Amino acid sequence: MIAIIDYGAGNIFSVKNALDYLGVKAELTKDKSDIINADGIILPGVGAFPWAMNKLNESGLVDVIKEQAPQKPFLGICLGMQLLFGKGYEFEETDGLGLIDGEVKLMETGNLPLPHIGWNKLEINHDCEFLHGVGETYVYFVHSYAAECGSDSVSAYTDYGGKRTALVNRGTIYGAQFHPEKSGAAGLRMLRNFADMVNKG
Amino acid sequence: MLAKRIIPCLDVRDGKVVKGINFVGIKEVGDPVECAAEYDRQGADEIVFLDITASHEHRGTMLDVVSKTAKKVFVPLTVGGGIRTIDDFRDTLRAGADKVSVNSAAVKNPQLIKEAADIFGRQCVVVAIDAKKCPDGHYTVVINGGRIDMGIDAVEWAKKAEELGAGEILLTSMDTDGVKGGFDLDMLNAVCDVVNIPVIASGGCGKLEHFTEVFEKTNSAAALAASLFHYKELTVGQVKEEMQRHNVPVRMPYKGE
Repeated sequence: MIAIIDYGAGNIFSVKNALDYLGVKAELTKDKSDIINADGIILPGVGAFPWAMNKLNESGLVDVIKEQAPQKPFLGICLGMQLLFGKGYEFEETDGLGLIDGEVKLMETGNLPLPHIGWNKLEINHDCEFLHGVGETYVYFVHSYAAECGSDSVSAYTDYGGKRTALVNRGTIYGAQFHPEKSGAAGLRMLRNFADMVNKG
Repeated sequence: MLAKRIIPCLDVRDGKVVKGINFVGIKEVGDPVECAAEYDRQGADEIVFLDITASHEHRGTMLDVVSKTAKKVFVPLTVGGGIRTIDDFRDTLRAGADKVSVNSAAVKNPQLIKEAADIFGRQCVVVAIDAKKCPDGHYTVVINGGRIDMGIDAVEWAKKAEELGAGEILLTSMDTDGVKGGFDLDMLNAVCDVVNIPVIASGGCGKLEHFTEVFEKTNSAAALAASLFHYKELTVGQVKEEMQRHNVPVRMPYKGE
């Protein structure tokens, strides 16, 4: 069973819909014991970094996420991916979960509009299981802030007025800046890959 | 670099897909959930549902269509038609839409754009503009399916919509819509020149070349079509192959290993 952490952020139903469609067992939960007992964890999220960290702190989920994420397949999506890093700078400096070294900052894109919305191409840096069978495909992005981190954590970049972190991986922890649940058949394949990792345990 | 998007539009009335020609003479063609799933399979980059009856009594029917579609279709879904209030935005997003498009209500109450962008984020606010050319060469905003000329300059309105928080402009030319002679390139250029948000070209495509033309001759980020895809004159896949041949950046459908 995959626990989808429900901390009040929007857009979690689309992740659940995609897993349901794939026949993957998943539950929306904010219960610590569900997260501890789950075989895999997804941290979704749309919204602002400080607001989301505040919600996770209020629900008392920060410690359990920090403890569980390195032990089983863990996937952060969009804001959920950004929260994996040490610090965020949306509106104000905010401590993140600190599971991956790096910081989340407003993208400097010159004349290109923000948010970065639309289908952009993955450029693979280090191949990983999440991308198995997919390759350098187009995926769907909606964001204005991006993670700045060491290349060793980055599985894939995308180009939007510069190289942007699109997918990170550290051990069992994955983070997708894009929305696999909105990236068509390729995105569903990535979620299937994640579910396969969960099943393998 | 972002891929140029191909967006099939489904005009929905009372829960069924229809497509009008110049907004009159509407014909029914099918189940919106099935149509949307088929477009997803063909490689559509986004799907637009336009609720064309949009009387408040039927809102529930449309929300039901949206929620059923969101369970089967995994590309962004935009829903418009009859959106008047923040509650309409909220209900539509909760049903599973990724973006909401607003047209007449934003013309009458521009602050709706700002409020929606502040609450839900500008990425989900699409401002749809229907416009036509005036004898003096300007473009004027029309509402209610082209029936009412608002006497507002369409280019100025697009600029204002961006300032208020629109994430995208969906620009339909009433002069070319349904005519199949190609997109309104002049109108698109006039708007693309003044905004820094994506402009979706709508109205007028009748054949393959019209898609490559709109991307080669304007800065449009996406092209929208309804009847062409509906009546199976072209598939999304055929359009994308043609775009690829012309080196337009395009997302080809994922076929698996």
